[in-house]
Amino acid sequence: MVTMTDAAAPYRIKGETGEWEVVVGLEVHAQITATKSKLFSGASTTFGAEPNTQVSLVDAAMPGMLPVPNKECIRQAVRTGMALDAVINRWSRFDRKNYFYADLPQGYQISQLYHPLVGEGEVEVLVDEKDESSAKRIGIERIHVEQDAGKLMHDQHPTMSYVDLNRCGVALMEIVSRPDMRSPAEAGAYLRKLRAILRYVGSCDGNMEEGSMRADVNVSVRKPGDEFGTRTETKNVNSVRFVMAVIEHEAKRQIEVLESGGTIAQETRLYDPDKNVTRSLRSKEDAHDYRYFPDPDLLPLELDEAFLDECKASLPELPDAKRKRYEGLSITPYNASVLTAEVETARWFDALLEAGAEPKQGANWVVAELFGALNRLGKGIEECPVSPAGAAELLKLVADGTISGTIAKQVFEIMLETGEGASAIVESRGLKQTSDTGAIDSEIDKILAANADKVAEYKSGKQQLFGFFVGQTMKAMAGKANPQVVNERLRVKLS
Amino acid sequence: MSELTTKTIAELRDGFRAGDFSAREIAEGFNAAVAASKALNAYTVETPEDALAAADAADKMRGQGDLPPLAGIPLGIKDLFATKGVDTTAGSHILEGFKPTYDSTVTANLRKAGAGMLGKLNMDEFAMGSSNETSTYGPVLSPWRRKGSNVGLTPGGSSGGSAAAVAAMIAPGATGTDTGGSIRQPAAFAGICGIKPTYGRCSRWGIVAFASSLDQAGPMARTVRDCAILLEAMAGFDPKDSTSLDLPVPQWEQNLSSDLSGKRVGIPKEYRIDGVPSDINALWDQGIEWLKDAGATPVEISLPHTKYALPTYYIIAPAEASSNLARYDGVRYGLREEGVKTLDDMYAATRAAGFGAEVKRRIMIGTYVLSAGFYDAYFTKAQRVRALIKQDFRKAFEQCDVILTPTAPSAAFGIGETTDPLAMYLNDVFAVPASLAGLPAMSVPGGLDGQGLPLGLHLIGNELDEQTVLNAGLAIEERAGFTARPEKWW
Repeated sequence: MVTMTDAAAPYRIKGETGEWEVVVGLEVHAQITATKSKLFSGASTTFGAEPNTQVSLVDAAMPGMLPVPNKECIRQAVRTGMALDAVINRWSRFDRKNYFYADLPQGYQISQLYHPLVGEGEVEVLVDEKDESSAKRIGIERIHVEQDAGKLMHDQHPTMSYVDLNRCGVALMEIVSRPDMRSPAEAGAYLRKLRAILRYVGSCDGNMEEGSMRADVNVSVRKPGDEFGTRTETKNVNSVRFVMAVIEHEAKRQIEVLESGGTIAQETRLYDPDKNVTRSLRSKEDAHDYRYFPDPDLLPLELDEAFLDECKASLPELPDAKRKRYEGLSITPYNASVLTAEVETARWFDALLEAGAEPKQGANWVVAELFGALNRLGKGIEECPVSPAGAAELLKLVADGTISGTIAKQVFEIMLETGEGASAIVESRGLKQTSDTGAIDSEIDKILAANADKVAEYKSGKQQLFGFFVGQTMKAMAGKANPQVVNERLRVKLS
Repeated sequence: MSELTTKTIAELRDGFRAGDFSAREIAEGFNAAVAASKALNAYTVETPEDALAAADAADKMRGQGDLPPLAGIPLGIKDLFATKGVDTTAGSHILEGFKPTYDSTVTANLRKAGAGMLGKLNMDEFAMGSSNETSTYGPVLSPWRRKGSNVGLTPGGSSGGSAAAVAAMIAPGATGTDTGGSIRQPAAFAGICGIKPTYGRCSRWGIVAFASSLDQAGPMARTVRDCAILLEAMAGFDPKDSTSLDLPVPQWEQNLSSDLSGKRVGIPKEYRIDGVPSDINALWDQGIEWLKDAGATPVEISLPHTKYALPTYYIIAPAEASSNLARYDGVRYGLREEGVKTLDDMYAATRAAGFGAEVKRRIMIGTYVLSAGFYDAYFTKAQRVRALIKQDFRKAFEQCDVILTPTAPSAAFGIGETTDPLAMYLNDVFAVPASLAGLPAMSVPGGLDGQGLPLGLHLIGNELDEQTVLNAGLAIEERAGFTARPEKWW
């Protein structure tokens, strides 16, 4: 079996009977982290708290307890829907999904089956961020709001399992895509884009390690042009990488089954990241009958225009719009894409522009210098030791010729180390660039004298040695010479 | 028996305020009566110290300005209401020993109004029953007996303990809950008054849920005025219940009036059904006369979907119950059967041991009607019929202001006499339509049947119009002159 990896060509898996296409749909569960309280109770939702310390009477389903919708959760889900260009349903309703499990105190999950809060929407993704032609639209079928369950702990006692209800009742948005993805890369791009949008909107922090975002991965295969095949659903996959691995693995598994004459069972599977395999959890026949029905404890949600207007007005500039704006400022498409991929980067960069940096120069500097430094320090941009205003000051010194690009790197290092301002560093350490031709000429003369052989070579046609003389001069001037002046003077002296 | 236990809530309140007696005397009188009433099996828990504490607080407050409305009044509380630190079991083995850390909103409101608690009142398990025979504590016995008979009678259900306690004067008033007649049918059987207000008037927070879209708390007491007094204290908007009505509580007591001039009383022809004893139909006719005498005009009305009400109710209520009762799973509180291997086995063993036959029957019916493949045929259709029943009432209230019917199709029956569940369900045939429509409805005693057992008249009002229901009830009360009390045998 060979997987085609050419980005331009459609993703195909070569089987014994020919090429196969994979069809992927994702159900992403995104925790509404914008509020620190649960969907139907006032309990807190802080991650990592001691077991059963964030549980209200409602969460524990004590007798006579009733759910009351948390308006802020609804607001965040509506804002998310709007950011995904989706239809917001003015009238929606909560349903009960009934099943027994120890992590589900009520014996039902409050969800939305029949009338979800958010209807159809769409996300545009760049499968390859360096290639505008790789853009693809992924349809959103719906977003509904529901409660999370608690957690069973199997490692606390030799024969018993313990229950931690901290997560119980936490608000989730289930974002259901259309089966529009055709490769692991597309699914990865969709997930990353979705995560970015959620983080821009602020409804979900997108933290997959802490479980605030996880995906159920629906995969089927078919011969290109055929009807959809039978799909399997792999539950609770908690990283972009794993989602892509599940698709790759599951597609290959299904092709092997089909090509050896078998059929795909519509079933729920689990992914084991250690062994990189999926295995069957339960088949359609064993599937629960969830006995969905409208929750009689809750009234239908009816949204008025004022509420929707406020939600709309509160939306920030979203990644696509921001990217286009950056490109309009002569920032390269690649830089624009990189700068808008994470909301923190975009915020930092906006602040840099706000502080007066020239966009194109600023973008180049952030992508090359700042990212490099942060990488080295192992820090995120939100913990960057240099403020956008501080960086703007540095860039201005380069732009107005006060220091050279080389010195700028030095100054930036000092800024990172000491926290001093760029101008102060340049001032106190005498790093100002000089255009004093007298001083530059005197250094050039010494260098030409010391390198008479190279001068001769240059003059006999080895033009590339010009860079050597520039470098030697800059070095002699401790980097402070204005490179333009050095160039000019060298040309004169070598002619 | 202390003289004070024969007084109505209004009389106790006014006498206490006037200084005729102390709240402690009232509480002591009722505590003694409760302690001497074991044969009735009305109370599952007695809390005399609670009644005394509230009484002492009331005595202390007296003469220091405004007294809360129920200062000095001790009440019986149906075991469906969560009471902080006091067993709250809904009459079920599965909740035996459960002591909530919270008070239901209704009981908290009553406490704020100054009331004390005499104890928790027995009831049908999870409020499922019409005879109080499904309680894990055994049936409540009605204080009433047929003339010349020692046969133990049911006080009705599910608020049977509440009805028996008020009738036996071991509580001046009690809380009840009504899902499909559970306040009104026992009130009728026990010769007392009981009102189920408009759905949403009383918060459901802290009341063990049976069928959420139908459950409503209400008072049971010996007079219409007492019901008005109690309902005012129980009702009110509660942000903890999404279905609670965000409206001010009317001054029902102050606006009581038995002058029904200009009011039209609807008499639904569909409530004339076969097999109803002639005593009951005769009382119904008498009721029409009484209301005419009070100034009202009777009008014949039609509620065409009445015959579908009972089947509709027995789809919707069990469906909701099957889900509401899923939380009793042995994991966090209440009964847990040990000695089983798997979680599923624990669920099965716990619920098999913890629930009685009627509760299991309804969980199974409810699970069935919600199942894939049956949902539309049963649940969806029942929801549609429910909408039609509501519409029937909406149209009827264009022609009338209040509706008069019998409360139940029979007087109290003997313990163990009705063993067919369907025959038992039929007992709520007159009560259920108002529940499905969420309308206020009340039972008022009208007289005794040939065997000397009380019969009730049933008043159904338009949405939020408890006042007309209470006023029509008062008009009947004044004219019926129902003063009969059970002879004490317990």
